[in-house]
Amino acid sequence: MARKLLMGNEAIAEGAIRAGVAVATGYPGTPSSEILEAIARRRPDGVYAEWSANEKAALEVAAGAAIAGARALVTMKQVGLNVASDPLMSLNYVGVKGGMVVVVADDPGPISSQTEQDTRRFGQFAKFAVFDPSTPEEAYAMVADAFDLSEEIGRPVLFRPTTRVCHSYASVELLPDLPRRAPEGFIKDDGRWVIFPRLAYRNKIEIEKTLRRLGRELVCHSGVSHFDAAPRTDADGGSRDGDDAPAVKGIAAGGVSWCYVREALAVVRERLGARRARGEGEGGGVPPVRLLKVGTVPFAERLGVEFLDGLDEALVVEELDPVIEDSLIRLCGLRGLKAKIRGKATGDGILAGENTVEALVDAICNFLGGGSADVVGATADADHSGEAGKTDDEAPALPVRPPVLCAGCPHRGAFFAVKEAAKAASGKKAVFSGDIGCYTLGNALPLDMVDTCLCMGAGLTQAQGLGRAEPDATHFAFIGDSTFFHSGVTGLVNAVWNGADVAVVILDNGTTAMTGGQPHPGMARTLMGEPARRVSIYEVCKGVGVQDIQRVNVFDHAAAKEAAMRAAAARGVRVIIYEGPCVNIVPKGDALAVASDACRACGLCVRKLGCPALSEGADGKAAIDGILCTGCGLCRSVCPFDAIGAGEAVEGGAR
Amino acid sequence: MNTANCLIAGVGGQGTVLAARILGAAAMAAGLDVRGSETIGMAQRGGSVTSHVRMGRDIASPLIPRGRADVILAFEPGEAARVRDYLAPGGTFLVCDRPLAPAVKGGYDGAAAARWLKARCGARVVSGEDVIRHCGARSLNIALIGAAAAAGAFPFGTDELLAALAERVNAKFLAMNIAALNYGASLFRQF
Repeated sequence: MARKLLMGNEAIAEGAIRAGVAVATGYPGTPSSEILEAIARRRPDGVYAEWSANEKAALEVAAGAAIAGARALVTMKQVGLNVASDPLMSLNYVGVKGGMVVVVADDPGPISSQTEQDTRRFGQFAKFAVFDPSTPEEAYAMVADAFDLSEEIGRPVLFRPTTRVCHSYASVELLPDLPRRAPEGFIKDDGRWVIFPRLAYRNKIEIEKTLRRLGRELVCHSGVSHFDAAPRTDADGGSRDGDDAPAVKGIAAGGVSWCYVREALAVVRERLGARRARGEGEGGGVPPVRLLKVGTVPFAERLGVEFLDGLDEALVVEELDPVIEDSLIRLCGLRGLKAKIRGKATGDGILAGENTVEALVDAICNFLGGGSADVVGATADADHSGEAGKTDDEAPALPVRPPVLCAGCPHRGAFFAVKEAAKAASGKKAVFSGDIGCYTLGNALPLDMVDTCLCMGAGLTQAQGLGRAEPDATHFAFIGDSTFFHSGVTGLVNAVWNGADVAVVILDNGTTAMTGGQPHPGMARTLMGEPARRVSIYEVCKGVGVQDIQRVNVFDHAAAKEAAMRAAAARGVRVIIYEGPCVNIVPKGDALAVASDACRACGLCVRKLGCPALSEGADGKAAIDGILCTGCGLCRSVCPFDAIGAGEAVEGGAR
Repeated sequence: MNTANCLIAGVGGQGTVLAARILGAAAMAAGLDVRGSETIGMAQRGGSVTSHVRMGRDIASPLIPRGRADVILAFEPGEAARVRDYLAPGGTFLVCDRPLAPAVKGGYDGAAAARWLKARCGARVVSGEDVIRHCGARSLNIALIGAAAAAGAFPFGTDELLAALAERVNAKFLAMNIAALNYGASLFRQF
């Protein structure tokens, strides 16, 4: 079969297609978004895929398909699971007929998320089997196992990659498609599909029995192996004292941390080899290491026993929660095993963020060293000093590069208009509630227009609460178009019904920008590229009873400010819909340029807007980067000297 | 470990992801396994981004450990300085000298960073303005690949690279990208 270079998310998509998925749904969220996009790009026969309005809707659509016997896939990021947790919890009790795999991508770091929650732990709480791939190729193969297990146990399963699996890529050996089965359709069975307390009681017992069985049997991509940390060199003829000694130390890992452990062990061995070649090593005393790779939660207990039996100490390497660690500690208690488990509880594991090979080399040297200068000494042999490491004294200062709104971003104009309007309402305090999306970046100086950010849809409702506590201030709530459909409408209904005093500013850039430009209900096409009946934000606002709605082209800077002034002065629920497409979905306009003779170096444009295309030149005058500038003209509108105008067209090239 | 490691560093929007995919495709065409990782998400909005490309056999981690990059392609001098300790002893370090000013206040001296990297880390500095003049504004990534390929830094040859380019680049822009590849190669000969 063919080999293909696949991103982890593409591998999950290919794995699902291979396994005969019939319905795939999801809501975009880094690092999960590319899975559904890859399915939609492939457009395999007999596969329906949709971006749903939010994760709850996505999970419920998939659940419907699965109870009709179809194989269903749902994708989301970890915080999306919070939104989908209501149907998910109950669906486990009800069960499914067709295999259902809920892919929830975790984000250790976090790199692009609000929380560092661990979906393996969520799975334990919600009583699901969880698959935890460590590489794209493993994810590819594992998806089929996940569908099979789901059908075997008659319940959905969770599939939890992390960012470094989703966004890493690898050459993957593609396997032949598995035979597809046509779904048999929904078969009425009130004792099965209608959840009642009695059914929940009965099925809870079944769920517990199933999990116990999986705790004895589930071995998918898990296993015990050995690694000889001692380097064999010609000098000692490939053997030395203690070579046959059984391992008394072990390392357990899962997910991408397993890859880091393997790499770190290889680095340790290499360094030890170098030390011994230099005659510095002691020439022995380094124990072989027993390894446990965990690919699922729960995993077969016998693997844990085989791993722990006879060990003095085991180091557990994992990101987010100590799930493997806790399961090994539990096993020691249950089976009377004497191994000491080292991990997060003993201060030997990270409490937040990602593992790295560099840190693990040190941790593993210290763990294996146990008095052996040979091993511990290898820590000091850092080979990353190169030329650069030694000369850091005079190193140049590094530019600070927080993520920012793109040059020409319509949100910049919206924030700026509201900021000017709030300033004009002299003396009155204004609070700017924010939400999740690119526009969270409006928090950065100099705009400084996002005072709160909690979770999808929360800005609109938090602003109402802020208003109850502080009625004399003006409360603005910014929300993006996709977020509005995801979970803003409920908050707007709440505002209208309860008579809140809030200025809702909807930033309609015509796409789900932060996650890479996915379509949403306000757009005239679906994930599969089919024409769609777009849901009008204006009509929704009108429909739920908002009386004061302004629709404004955000690039008309005077009108944008005028609308903000009106909203700032009004009371009750009022909505501004700022319309203007994301710069990443429309052709780039011609760049503007600064007329050097007219610019008085006042710095206003640079200081007020924070546009990446604008900077102060050496002479203090404004300069526009012709490659970045999209010609939105916001800087032109703030220049008091009319010094910004049409520039020369810049040659574009391949993207 | 018999793995060739290439780290690509730049600012979101400079084409690091495409460059990594082209290297990966070329390595696969040469029969090697590939493993790597990208920066995707919030950091893409004008933040620092890196792509790790590892080519060889039995590659464990998707990320290159520090001190083990055989090649660094840096599309921006400040980003080059940020990743300099990934360079392996004797590695190839190509740096474009055209700075992108951070959007927050306070610029930085990109030319000085490039000079320092040249003096202290053996970096070879490429004139970004020259690349833009010869190849257009969006071909820097391909030009640097061309320069590194000419330096013999990759475990594949020109044929594999051209095939990868044809596979990964919009046909409309293929000729322009091949020109950029050749321009990059000519730069290397001037180092």
